[in-house]
Amino acid sequence: MTTDKKLDKNKKAKNIGKSRSPMQDAMREFRRNKIAVGGMIFIIFVVLVAIFAPIFSPYHFAQQNLRNNRAKPMEGYDVVESYAAEKCHWYETPVEWGCTVFIAGSDALGRDLWSRIIYGTRVSLSIALAASTVSLVIGLIYGTVSGYSGGNVDNFMMRLVDFLYGIPLLPIIILMTVYFNAVSRQGSDSPFVNSLLSMNKSAGGLLFVFIAIGALNWLGMARLARGQVLSYKEKEFVEAARALGAGKGHVVFKHLIPNVLGPLLIAESMAIPGYIFLEAALSFIGLGVSPPTPSWGAMINEGYSGLRSNPHLVLFPGLALASLTLAFNFMGDGLRDAFDTRLRGRN
Amino acid sequence: MTKYIIRRLLLAIPVIFLMILATFVLVQSMPGGPFDAIGQRSMPEHMRILLEKRYGLDKPLYEQFFIYLGNLLQGDLGPMLRQPSQTVNDIVAQTFPVSIQLGLMSVMLGFMLGIPLGIIAALNHNNTIDYVTTFVAVISVSIPTLVLGPFLIYTFGVKLDLLPIAFWGADPPFLLGFLPPLNKKFFMHAAMPVFAMGTGMAAGITRLTRAGLLDVLSADYIRTARAKGLRERVVIVRHALKNSLIPVATIIGPLLAAAVTGSFITEQIFALNGMGRRFVESIGQREYFLQTSLVLIYGLLLIMGNILVDVLYAWLDPRIRYD
Repeated sequence: MTTDKKLDKNKKAKNIGKSRSPMQDAMREFRRNKIAVGGMIFIIFVVLVAIFAPIFSPYHFAQQNLRNNRAKPMEGYDVVESYAAEKCHWYETPVEWGCTVFIAGSDALGRDLWSRIIYGTRVSLSIALAASTVSLVIGLIYGTVSGYSGGNVDNFMMRLVDFLYGIPLLPIIILMTVYFNAVSRQGSDSPFVNSLLSMNKSAGGLLFVFIAIGALNWLGMARLARGQVLSYKEKEFVEAARALGAGKGHVVFKHLIPNVLGPLLIAESMAIPGYIFLEAALSFIGLGVSPPTPSWGAMINEGYSGLRSNPHLVLFPGLALASLTLAFNFMGDGLRDAFDTRLRGRN
Repeated sequence: MTKYIIRRLLLAIPVIFLMILATFVLVQSMPGGPFDAIGQRSMPEHMRILLEKRYGLDKPLYEQFFIYLGNLLQGDLGPMLRQPSQTVNDIVAQTFPVSIQLGLMSVMLGFMLGIPLGIIAALNHNNTIDYVTTFVAVISVSIPTLVLGPFLIYTFGVKLDLLPIAFWGADPPFLLGFLPPLNKKFFMHAAMPVFAMGTGMAAGITRLTRAGLLDVLSADYIRTARAKGLRERVVIVRHALKNSLIPVATIIGPLLAAAVTGSFITEQIFALNGMGRRFVESIGQREYFLQTSLVLIYGLLLIMGNILVDVLYAWLDPRIRYD
């Protein structure tokens, strides 16, 4: 026992002497934030569910069972009750056995709601990933170029961003999505458009939503990146690198971008709930994914008309949507608190 | 200040022009047209040609655009192509007040709930009250209108049967064009949509107010004010509050955008006859003039909101000068 304690003490003494990098500091701060860690664990869990969706869902998301439409949770109409009570469990529900039990009920076409919610994670998470990547890349490049060039180029590029800020982007994006949908229904002669259309088809109608949401959200990122570049451009270490004969590319890629990336990533993690909302909203008004791809927004739209008699058709997708965005918000807040040194030491 | 506002308004003109141009071209170049079908059957060729001629759609696009612009300058937003008994002006006159009332009331609810809650949370920093407030705020931010709306309808409309589940409680004409009648029916109908849209805003404002006030409270001039022996209430209200609201003013722009975004969903959920719902309904109908005009109105609202934010800045922080 005593030796153990001594070892412990020694270890602690060693740690005192060691200096921690800002990254390690931030990670420590983040780990201390229980709610944020909880949010991250939930997100990792949802990612796993999305990847292994076929394992978690008893049916395929498009499999219809018309005799069992609008079943209540844990119910199925054609179940022989005595048989079901003995043989049917919630975890084994193939139709052939006569145990048509739906964990979360079934929708108007008799599709298992649980399976659709499970597969719906794929849509929401891919939107979160794709939209944040698109807006991050565009915003980073645009902001860095603008901030680093300075002068007239900077002026012009930022006026363009101001201009786009003054435009109500959502209605225009809705119109753009309508346009894409109309074109994809009609088909096209040009091979480029056709390859885009087939890509969109294989993505379940999501490609244009990616483009639309990415186009909406890079503006803020570009402003942030430009501000960061401007503040780092004149710092001593950049001067030093230049004095040592570093070229433009070296300064930008080795010194500026690594410093700019951190705040941008945090801003992205705070923006992800917005992307998920936007996809759900577009799907809700019928512009997002093409059926039968399950999206939570589209499921709410489908269940909404029968709210009075079948509230579970709205409740479960809604709960899924809210809990995922809640987890992202908790994690984003935690990341911001952990990396923002200004806030540290307050608590 | 007046000069600045005038300059901003002048700068907005090219923005609006380009916006109209982009929308007009986008809408008109969509495959299909407004006169492709009557009911279920497809429209005979000669009728389509006649109808297009009637509305000037046979002219070249640039000519149509300038005709539309000229009409706009005279306050004519154009005809409705699929509902010839009405013009776009009629539609806007019916729907605009509803959307404005909904949006303004939600924003007001957001500020009336958000600022006091944010102040309470900041003054009880790291207390139970603070934790509960911030926690509730994060949860409210995370629940979209899309989920909150149906939930409210089911609880208060269907189960408790307290509030009407659809429609707006008042019809135009309104006093001064947008002031609603302040009667029971109106508030009963408005309660759920406003709450569905306003809670998210309130939560966002709570978080901003709290952060802003915490920032200000650690400033030197607050310590000075306390050292002078001023009462705590005076320190907070006179010295801290106004400065802490500067970051809150930044959110008005995004809030207006959110009011626009939210109106697309909220009006759909509660079956309100507003601009957002009209816009969504017109999606599949190729109502060229309605769509372009609604985008124009949203753009004007956004630009006015942004100018308002800048004016508020100068009022809250006299160091800011626009010259």
